[in-house]
Amino acid sequence: MKWSEFFTQGGYGFYVWGSYIAALVVLGGEVVLLMRRRKACKRVSRDRD
Amino acid sequence: MNLYKYAAPAAFYPLAGKLIPWFAIPAAILFAVGLYIGFFIAPTDFQQGDAYRIMFIHVPAAWMGMFLYVLMAFYAGIGWAFNARLSSMMASSLAITGALFTLLSLVTGAFWGKPTWGTWWVWDARMTSTLILLFLYVGFISLQAATDDQRRADRAGAVLALVGVINVPIIYFSVQWWNTLHQGATIRILGKPSIAPPMLAAMLIMLAACWLYSIAIVLIRLRCIIFEREQNAAWITEGAA
Repeated sequence: MKWSEFFTQGGYGFYVWGSYIAALVVLGGEVVLLMRRRKACKRVSRDRD
Repeated sequence: MNLYKYAAPAAFYPLAGKLIPWFAIPAAILFAVGLYIGFFIAPTDFQQGDAYRIMFIHVPAAWMGMFLYVLMAFYAGIGWAFNARLSSMMASSLAITGALFTLLSLVTGAFWGKPTWGTWWVWDARMTSTLILLFLYVGFISLQAATDDQRRADRAGAVLALVGVINVPIIYFSVQWWNTLHQGATIRILGKPSIAPPMLAAMLIMLAACWLYSIAIVLIRLRCIIFEREQNAAWITEGAA
């Protein structure tokens, strides 16, 4: 398979990559926000020590 | 070993911490393998062209949305019936990941619907019932956020979650019960799946990856929830966490 075929996905590139970008945004966003929440908890517990 | 002791947030907190890498690392590997098979090995579909490759994320996301809802209702119910704090916290943790997977199934479904049906959205049985699933999740999450009395919010959430369970079989069977635009099930519990082996492999690997991802994420969030809710309990203030 050529790289150009990989990007165009037989003309469905917008829909296919749109879906996977949406997945990256939703799941990646979840991970980032959760890591921030975890950090905040750690900060609270450190401040007490 | 007394497993019941882990029903106590103080005992579960360190255990969950140890378990997380065992789910997070395999999840990352399986996502990579699943996407590789899905994009480089699975052939182009003779009817849908390459648009069908949306399936590798759409179907696992839709299944996770339903599975996690049932799990959430189960834990919320246990938390309510047995007054078990940890179970209610587990339900709260599951709600967010479940809601996000449901949202993702609707978004990827729109991206799939446009090229194959010519429309982003129709009010057919499967999509409408999936949208209701998302609203049930949002309702559950809002209830938790809306009141200061945490245990009261847990009980109200449990009632909502348990009543809403009826929606899950409606989603699952909607393609059989009603005439819908949505295609029928690709994988059946009995009988042969109706797709080529590499397509099936990619989808099942992505499903496994989503499960492992969910377990890791839900455990991390559960630890945060335990910490936030029990901030003033002795086991945290004395530095055990």
